[in-house]
Amino acid sequence: MPAESPVISGRDIIKTYGKGDGQFTALRGVSLDVKAGESIAIIGKSGSGKSTLMHLLALLDKPSTGTVSIDGQDAGRLPGRTLNTLRNKKFGFVFQQFFLNGGASVLENVILPLKIAGVHGRERRRRGLEALRQVELEDKAKNKAKDLSGGQKQRAVIARALINEPQIIFADEPTGNLDSATGAHIENLLFNLNKRHGITLIIVTHDEDLARRCDRQLHIKDGVIDVAPRPRRGVRL
Amino acid sequence: MRLIDIFTTASGNMFRSKLRTTLTIVAIFIGSFTLTLTSGLGTGISSYIDKQVGNLGGKDVLIVQPIGQGPGSDSGPKAYDPAKKTSATAFGTTTTALTDSDITKIKSVSGIRSVEPNFVVVTDYIVGPNGKKYQVSANPYVSGTKVELATGDQVSNDVSERQALLPVDYVPALGFANNEAVVGKSVTLGVTDGNGKQHQITAALKGVQQKGLTNSGGMNTNEALTQEIYRTQSLGLPKAVTNNYQALLAKFDANASPGQITHLKDELKKKGYAAKTIEDQIGTFKAVISGIIAVLNAFAVIALLAASFGIINTLLMSVQERTKEIGLMKAMGMGGGRIFLLFSTEAVLLGFWGSLIGVGVAEVVGRVANHIVTTTFLKDLPGLQLLTFPPISILAIMGLVMGIALLAGTLPATRAARQSPIDSLRYE
Ligand SMILES: Nc1ncnc2c1ncn2[C@@H]1O[C@H](COP(=O)(O)OP(=O)(O)OP(=O)(O)O)[C@@H](O)[C@H]1O
Ligand SMILES: [Mg+2]
Repeated sequence: MPAESPVISGRDIIKTYGKGDGQFTALRGVSLDVKAGESIAIIGKSGSGKSTLMHLLALLDKPSTGTVSIDGQDAGRLPGRTLNTLRNKKFGFVFQQFFLNGGASVLENVILPLKIAGVHGRERRRRGLEALRQVELEDKAKNKAKDLSGGQKQRAVIARALINEPQIIFADEPTGNLDSATGAHIENLLFNLNKRHGITLIIVTHDEDLARRCDRQLHIKDGVIDVAPRPRRGVRL
Repeated sequence: MRLIDIFTTASGNMFRSKLRTTLTIVAIFIGSFTLTLTSGLGTGISSYIDKQVGNLGGKDVLIVQPIGQGPGSDSGPKAYDPAKKTSATAFGTTTTALTDSDITKIKSVSGIRSVEPNFVVVTDYIVGPNGKKYQVSANPYVSGTKVELATGDQVSNDVSERQALLPVDYVPALGFANNEAVVGKSVTLGVTDGNGKQHQITAALKGVQQKGLTNSGGMNTNEALTQEIYRTQSLGLPKAVTNNYQALLAKFDANASPGQITHLKDELKKKGYAAKTIEDQIGTFKAVISGIIAVLNAFAVIALLAASFGIINTLLMSVQERTKEIGLMKAMGMGGGRIFLLFSTEAVLLGFWGSLIGVGVAEVVGRVANHIVTTTFLKDLPGLQLLTFPPISILAIMGLVMGIALLAGTLPATRAARQSPIDSLRYE
């Protein structure tokens, strides 16, 4: 595959939620290409459709009309089983919430994608500890997830996202709930993965600074890509 | 996800809400405990009956009567036919009688080895060493029968000595010191003849018979004694009556298959005879017992059905609680089928633990109950195991409970499997 051909591309994506009176169109015709190894920030106001777009690109949901292609293949035509395998093997996820199982150990939480993939116990453990080492959380492996601090939880979540050595990491507000120092630490982690391992990053964020560190920024406004966003004069979120 | 991981995950998830899981398991426990006890009771009683029927021996004997008579006859009242002979039986009723010509006719059926009259004999009293008279009934001994004995030997139909077995509760009443003191002694029986005159017959005691379902009342008398009682009670009766029999005992090959026995019965039916094995006669009794046990079992199954709603409820709550977790697993590529399997496994595990504990406790309770019952109010029925738990039925019960649990788990598991990852992840 030539370096320039997109790993993911969206064409005229429209996403409508609900039926009848309660109908709401969250995305109104979005097209974009994501190249391998690049980092993209999706920014915009709350409710503008950022998470919706990310979910569609991550093949977690299907557009109402339009197509999402992965490696040139129309994902809408792929069977569910193939999509599951794709997500399991090629994608890493950081959601807007932690989604950690508080009662289970940090290690157990981190190895979940490998468990789903059917990797054996010993191999899972080895890779789990390796991923925790990358986010400097090795010493917390045996602790219960609920006992971690907010920043530690987010690092555990990132360890979980990279444990399957993904090609693309989707991160929804990875620094949203964190103080700026911890946020910076998480940011560095992500961009290190991008630079060193060539992992493609698709980051949804409100944070202008985080967005600026990405190769490209996509501004979403009311469900469409805003090509000429007005600069936000001194407004920080 | 590999099956072993599904299993351990389901097992771990089960105890995430300990109280709820425990309560559900208790509900299943109650159902399977009850079912184990009722079915143990059923097995215990019917195997006891089978053993008693086995004691009867006579597996190779058909009781032959003219059609339209005898226990279990289904043909209703018969029109009176003056041409047909009747006999005055010991019971004082008149029935169509069988004669020596019937014996010849029945003997001619191929497969029938021998035919003997079934004498109905009546004794007035029995008297032993202490001279006190007690009522007693006589029970002609069928060769090959293994009467349950407290002591001594079976009587023999092949000797000319008049022999009898003494029912165990007559031992002290007649003045014998103990069971052992009975063997080899003799008793006197009172018999009234056709003219109303009382005679005395002496019988040698070969042993002491236990109480059982099939030999509860009468003392077993060997053929020589039976013949003598019959001869005595027939004195003074017209010849036409004495050579009439209420029933005949027809012997066939002891190895005959059920099919061959049915064929024999059909052949006899064609000739105008109703033939039943001893098992057939016990069959009705057994059917009643089985009916009662079936009703008890049905109650236990109802308890299990109630418990299954507990399973549904528990798992629905788990699915609800774990919505986000399910969403996450689906996002990470876990298929709906595996999610279904995960929750079904949890349901089956609930069933497994509930039934395991139920079956285990029932078995302990059963053993204790057996001990109490057989040493107190049912101690006169030796060999009775009121509650019996064959491993096969224990496994069947556990299988049934786990099957019910699996079915109960389908609804929650389907719900979990159908959840869209996005809706689950957005769930608050
Ligand atoms: N399942 C749904 N049913 C109906 N409306 C929905 C649904 N999911 C999202 N929406 C709507 O779609 C719009 C876009 O939602 P989305 O979550 O993509 O916003 P967002 O840009 O990620 O916002 P935020 O920054 O607050 O996370 C919102 O107005 C939301 O109410
Ligand atoms: Mg969002």
